Amino acid sequence: MIKNTFTRKKFFAINPNMDHSQTPIKPNLSSTCPSCSARVSEETLAENYRVCAKCKHHFTMSAGQRIELIVDSGSFQEFNGGLASINILDFPGYEEKLEKAEQKSGLREAIITGYASIGGYDIVLAVMESDFMMASMGSVVGEKVSRAIERAIERRCPVIICTSSGGARMQEGMIALMQMAKTSAAVNKLNEAGLLYIAILTNPTTGGVSASFASLADIIIAEPGALVGFAGPRVIKQTIGQQLPEKFQRSEFLLEHGMIDIIVERSQIREKLTCLLSLHKGGCRG
Amino acid sequence: MVKRQFDYEQKLKDLKAKLEELNDLSKNMQFDLSSEIEILEHKIQEDRELRYQNLVPWEKVLLSRHPERPGAVDYIAALCDEWIELQGDRCFGEDAAMIAGIGSFEGQALTILSYRKGKNTKENLQYNFGMPHPEGYRKIQRLLRQAEKFNRPVLTFIDTPGAYPGIGAEERGQAWAISQVLMTMAGLRVPVLAIVTGEGGSGGALALAVSDRLLMLANAVFAVASPEACASILWKDLERVEEMAQAMKITAQDLYELGIVDEIIAEPVGGAHLDYEATIASIKDAIRKHLPVIVGCDRDELLARRYEKLRSIGKFKTDE
Ligand SMILES: [Zn+2]
Repeated sequence: MIKNTFTRKKFFAINPNMDHSQTPIKPNLSSTCPSCSARVSEETLAENYRVCAKCKHHFTMSAGQRIELIVDSGSFQEFNGGLASINILDFPGYEEKLEKAEQKSGLREAIITGYASIGGYDIVLAVMESDFMMASMGSVVGEKVSRAIERAIERRCPVIICTSSGGARMQEGMIALMQMAKTSAAVNKLNEAGLLYIAILTNPTTGGVSASFASLADIIIAEPGALVGFAGPRVIKQTIGQQLPEKFQRSEFLLEHGMIDIIVERSQIREKLTCLLSLHKGGCRG
Repeated sequence: MVKRQFDYEQKLKDLKAKLEELNDLSKNMQFDLSSEIEILEHKIQEDRELRYQNLVPWEKVLLSRHPERPGAVDYIAALCDEWIELQGDRCFGEDAAMIAGIGSFEGQALTILSYRKGKNTKENLQYNFGMPHPEGYRKIQRLLRQAEKFNRPVLTFIDTPGAYPGIGAEERGQAWAISQVLMTMAGLRVPVLAIVTGEGGSGGALALAVSDRLLMLANAVFAVASPEACASILWKDLERVEEMAQAMKITAQDLYELGIVDEIIAEPVGGAHLDYEATIASIKDAIRKHLPVIVGCDRDELLARRYEKLRSIGKFKTDE
């Protein structure tokens, strides 16, 4: 169940499928913009798609908020919400990490998948939640992405995935790494079926997720200023022993280097997606 | 202190030298210690075998990274009656961290794709320590399609610390390049046999491991990230790397039990670097055993099985 943290919903109607009964009250009602240092109230943020009005910095959004941002009001129907991680390798401290992540995010795992519609077009949607162990990909994320793609193939509808991830989940070892291959194989099936796949890369999308399904979409959209790359900036800095260029691995840098199709601001995303879906007639071949 | 080198062989050498000394001494002093010495030698041999049967994962990491461990160039030279290296990604450059080409193994033409490590500083610099840039993956991608066109089976060797983390690599799309190889291998309409021969490091190594059969040398390791990286990220303590290597389940034996690896290829006692011939013989046997099976398999069935194998990896619970 999604525990929503959105307090003002001027732009999106409340999704009836979401559980708002346990909406946590934010103790700190204003934050400092990490980009321009302006004080922004939570209220203003909520009214403005969590974007700084002054400098357009895109604040972190929960998966629940993101679903509300992009789908037709009330259209989201979650599936496979009961999938949860187990400590496959008996990795020390993994259960505690999972428990904390559940408490922090209000989710069972780092991704929510379901049916929805955008501009009236039926889609399968998957949204990752960075508050859950940095949305690292273990068995459950890999499985839910694969199942979402398979459901889209069954229904012959497009897939949209909003990514954010620190990479493969170390606590699940090689099983986590293999999810890269598993999800890539699933995208291959989607391509064989001639169905549209749009990825929306949000801050940050790195490691195993960036080097698998996030990069395999037909159309790759990124949010402004999102960090996207294979190796993390810290690792690169350590390896090469020099300063990294400004804006390195940010969306604008990626666009310049030909790695993504478009940068879309949150206020425009629903409109852009509707347009893309319409151009693909809902996203099917023929 | 964390062990950075596998020094067992050195200790053994020292011990044997001492035994030799003792032997000489006894001869000079007209004692006959030969039977005692023989017993001791036998005991050393037994201990050695026992020692190698009980390597801890971190020791395997060290063995898998041994600078003299046989690499792609050695395997290709020993396996192929004929070999033509093919180079370049047709976009930007040639990446020497990967070696690729067409070879003939006992009459069967194969596309062989591999990482390439050096055996000395000069070679290591030339091959970037076996860490590819996007050009390497694009070269692989190109030759995978070529193999498909000519219905030529693919053989890969995996031995890399991982994809290179650098500015140029990111600028030219490391993530995209790896993702393309993963997807291409998943749907490639020719048989793919992959062998982990050394260290398999993270997503950069996985790119060549998507296959119909994944085999692994007994002292090779394959990990989501290096034990050093995991220890420093998760535990903020590099000194606990041995413990981390254990926890991550990275050995051939662990991965066989987890259902990721299909078969373990035996190595000579002491590790592959001590006996190239024996190692190559085991690898040849493994290829002879597995390749004809996947080559003989109906292509639709082969692809269905490959998907099913990847699809089934992962464990979780379902509660509503
Ligand atoms: Zn700002």
